[in-house]
Amino acid sequence: MNHVSMRIDGVRYDDDVEPRLLLVHYLREVAGRTGTPVGCDTSNCGACTVLMNGVSVKSCSVLAVQADGAEITTIQGLANGEWHPLQRAFHEEHALQCGYCTPGMIMAAADLLRDNPRPSEQEVRDGLEGNLCRCTGYQNIVRAVLRVAGEMAGEQAGAAS
Amino acid sequence: MIPARFDYVRPGSVEDAVRALAGGGDDARVIAGGQSLLPLLRLRLAFPDLLVDVGGLSELRGVRETAGSLEIGALTTIYELTRDPLLTAHCGLLAETATLIADPAVRHRATIGGALAHADPAGDLPAVVLALGGSLLIRGPEGEREVRAGDFFTDYMTTSLSPGELLVAVRVPRLGGDWGFRYEKFRLTAQSWAIVGVAAVARRSNGHVAEARIGLTNMGSVPVRATAAESAAAGAEASAAALREAGSRADEGTSPPSDLRGSADYRRHLARVLTGRALAAAAGAS
Repeated sequence: MNHVSMRIDGVRYDDDVEPRLLLVHYLREVAGRTGTPVGCDTSNCGACTVLMNGVSVKSCSVLAVQADGAEITTIQGLANGEWHPLQRAFHEEHALQCGYCTPGMIMAAADLLRDNPRPSEQEVRDGLEGNLCRCTGYQNIVRAVLRVAGEMAGEQAGAAS
Repeated sequence: MIPARFDYVRPGSVEDAVRALAGGGDDARVIAGGQSLLPLLRLRLAFPDLLVDVGGLSELRGVRETAGSLEIGALTTIYELTRDPLLTAHCGLLAETATLIADPAVRHRATIGGALAHADPAGDLPAVVLALGGSLLIRGPEGEREVRAGDFFTDYMTTSLSPGELLVAVRVPRLGGDWGFRYEKFRLTAQSWAIVGVAAVARRSNGHVAEARIGLTNMGSVPVRATAAESAAAGAEASAAALREAGSRADEGTSPPSDLRGSADYRRHLARVLTGRALAAAAGAS
């Protein structure tokens, strides 16, 4: 067993784990963060995407021991009292049907907007290439992300004036 | 699936890593970002007894200039390759190819050293480093050695790394402003592997190609140079037609695989067409 210590959605966790334990299983089964689903389990689908030290990773492709000392944000840590703008936009733009891909899709979108706050439609599509959705055809997902980017730009312009 | 059991150590220095690897022998594997290794562990296609995690060795991260070349630390992530100012300025082929690998979340974890040591014939970076005429710096119990890319890839997912050795850096030449480049990657979906990939660099002089170097992805068990097409391109007019002609020799001497994604003949066709396009783009031909 190896000792790991990490902050998950602002809460510190300390545990002894087997080295082969995947981060996604640590999040779900030890830390109780079941908002992060296991999808394909082969690092294709992106459903398990979380932020690790501020950037997106597929938590099925990280060992829990590799996340020792890291700061992890899951979909459950994104809202701050009220819905995150991406959660609201996904809701209002109908960017989901079954919802299985949504936690990963929103975390990947959060990372995309951190990296590129004013993406074009093509850049949104490229930035979400690692996340599969089998319901929506992506159209409304792209619309939701672009809407949040527009809102953020509007707020910045408002703050500057 | 859950990987089989293994022991895990996280050495604090390159020396400690080499010692741990040497102690583990054939049953030890290096892990950095783990984006190639973890899928193999989960599918139980690999079952090492010991993983030596070098991910924390910050001295192996980043790009620096040396005389006439750039040295890229093995732990530099694919994401960092896409943004590095030295690479963007002097080795655009690497920076551009990096944007075409996998997806953003994978690029954040995956490292250049891992991609090269993994030596998947469908991986993009081996052919790129080969086309660049790069070399690999390897640290082992006996010290450091440098291996040319052409000698590093020895067989399907096999390299000249011995047990106990660690790939620490990649050295690529600085390319001057008269060099152009292009990586043509053919795939059916956004994040999938290349069915065939072509890395080309070309030096242009007086409307002609003075020199070209071409590396092919997934045209054999190891990345290969398209030497016949390189010879045909040298001295050719920098036009799309002339370079399409040179590209038509790209599959000479190759032994591409046949699999669910394409037959060997189809891959030969792709290599010819993509090489023509890559040469034309690298030479700035319209």
